[in-house]
Amino acid sequence: MEQILANGLYLGAQYALIALGLTLIFSLMNVLNFAHGQMYVFGGFVTYTVVAQLGLPFIVGLIASAVVLAVMGALIEKFLFRPVIRRSKRDESTMLLAAGIAFFLDAVILLLFGEKQRGVPKVVDGVFNWDMRLIMPYDRILIAALAVALIVGFILFMQYSRTGRAMRALAQDRVAAQLMGVDVDRYSMIGFALGAMLAGLVGGLLVTITGINLGMGGPTSVKAFLMIMIGGAGVISGAIAGGFILGMMESVGLTLLAAYGDVTYLVIFVTLMIFLAIRPQGLMGKPWG
Amino acid sequence: MKRRFFLATTGLSLALAVAASTAAWAENAKLKIGFVGVTSGPAAAWGISNQRSMEARAAWLNELGGVQIGDTTYDIEIVPFDDQKDPKRAIAGMEKMAQDGIHYVVGPNVDDGAAAVRPVAEQNGIMYFPYAFPKELYVAPASNAILGMVANYQSGPAIYKYLMENKGVKKVAFIAGNESDPLSQRDSGAAAARELGLEVVSDTVTYQMDTTDFTPVLLPVIQTAPDLLVLSGVSPANAPQLIRSARELGYTGLISTETAQDAAVLAEGAGELANGFISVGGASTPELASDTMKEFVQRYTDMFGEYNDESNTKVYALEYIIETLKANPAAIDNVEEFKTTMDAFEAPNPFMVGDAKLTYVGTTSFGQKRQVSVPLVVNEFKDGKFETLFVAQVD
Repeated sequence: MEQILANGLYLGAQYALIALGLTLIFSLMNVLNFAHGQMYVFGGFVTYTVVAQLGLPFIVGLIASAVVLAVMGALIEKFLFRPVIRRSKRDESTMLLAAGIAFFLDAVILLLFGEKQRGVPKVVDGVFNWDMRLIMPYDRILIAALAVALIVGFILFMQYSRTGRAMRALAQDRVAAQLMGVDVDRYSMIGFALGAMLAGLVGGLLVTITGINLGMGGPTSVKAFLMIMIGGAGVISGAIAGGFILGMMESVGLTLLAAYGDVTYLVIFVTLMIFLAIRPQGLMGKPWG
Repeated sequence: MKRRFFLATTGLSLALAVAASTAAWAENAKLKIGFVGVTSGPAAAWGISNQRSMEARAAWLNELGGVQIGDTTYDIEIVPFDDQKDPKRAIAGMEKMAQDGIHYVVGPNVDDGAAAVRPVAEQNGIMYFPYAFPKELYVAPASNAILGMVANYQSGPAIYKYLMENKGVKKVAFIAGNESDPLSQRDSGAAAARELGLEVVSDTVTYQMDTTDFTPVLLPVIQTAPDLLVLSGVSPANAPQLIRSARELGYTGLISTETAQDAAVLAEGAGELANGFISVGGASTPELASDTMKEFVQRYTDMFGEYNDESNTKVYALEYIIETLKANPAAIDNVEEFKTTMDAFEAPNPFMVGDAKLTYVGTTSFGQKRQVSVPLVVNEFKDGKFETLFVAQVD
């Protein structure tokens, strides 16, 4: 049981961090960023290049991922989403744009980084073993701790910084925020950059453990959408809750249902369908959006 | 003087123009060979190594002046199609090949794609070389598919037997991705293990192909304490993660797979934890690789920046097509001629040292020769590279 809980918490921490960026972009701009998974993959490859190819320390790779993805996010918002949102009131316009960006990034990743699975050496060696009841490699503990620290840092930033407050105001009521003097374009761009940066950071963190490959983008986006649907789309606390709930469900399911084959995600999807039929806005979302 | 100079330069120009146009007319005919396989998404590495092997070898042959088949010299042109691992796309790809008048296609890479394209290939007179193991593709009345590698039901028993005799393996566990290829490979592997007298302690645990943390997946498998953990049909992307998670969970037994892997990917993803990992490879180990193979690896690396060890096997399909056509030029647009030639076909294997031959095999497994003969090289990963554990032949 201790092992199941530890696996769930570890998975939950990384999932929550992935979902945070997605929900931030959704709350600020009402955009379902289908390219979020590809941004995660891009971040992983940037860390891989800096650490494995250039031989620089892991922390440099992580910072490089954050910076590259933040710049990429800002440019995507400024030159792609902003004009489309200005010209079209239809939600599907931004959805199509996001899907197009996902395909584009897939192609760019293939061209720049190739088709192979990539990984970087372990950041910390050794395995924590508590009497065979709980086994957890130290690098996973470190990555989970870093993920939790980033989540806490993100919450504090959103809660207490001027930029965070402006973005929260924007998320609550775009028109009212504008009337109160919030520069909507600027904070939308910062928000998108922050969301993309979070995706890149998770990619950079996990490349040390799971490695990274071209095909991980799509499934990562799907899982991120699952999490924000569980927690409530556009709600930061909901994304965190959704991440930890999905991580725990996966860990419990994979252990207890192993004898029945690969039914864990089948059970998760059925549970989610029933849950959404009862509470379509998710755990912490509001029915009116 | 001026007039003479004018005449001379005009004459020279005319001669050069005529020579250039004659050279253009003398350009080799094109022989189009298709590739239908997966070059995008999680399994892209399988198809890309195929396509690049074909392109690297074709460029090399063209550079040498082309390939003479009968009285005609051809430049080889590779026509690729990404089926995205989707059977519907694979059918579309094979239809495209038929429309382009192509009779020889390498791929698809997976079971369902290979099964889906069978009617299109048979109706349009296309011979195809899948990297998929279902026997019905190769057993009569099927006759247009030729297995491009060694199947797991051929390599698995050889590996298990070797490990039983040399490493004292008694208990074996299987884990597979939740897709048709890995699942069918797990089932046939478990059946072969039981037949050899091994105790199968776990063969129900599966994982999603997009799993990012294998610790919870592997936990129940490791608890059964196998001597050998078989990663059935594992993709190069998942292999390092599975190995790493198993070792981190304290597993000290043997780990093997019947699929081809890439040493660089294992080294990056699992490091020294991958030491001792057993997989199936091709003919590039120093003991087996000929100078041609070494040059192929170099050319591939020059062309694409990095070699893929999976190409050790995937270099062969194009070679078989070309050499069989050389043996019977009438097969160039008639696959029935190709089939007739296959039974007695034999040519030197350029990629291996010694007097190795290219021949078609498969009679034992399929009742007819519908498999290329590539060496069954079983490798052990050690400190960043593969070392040959043993070599065997199918049939």
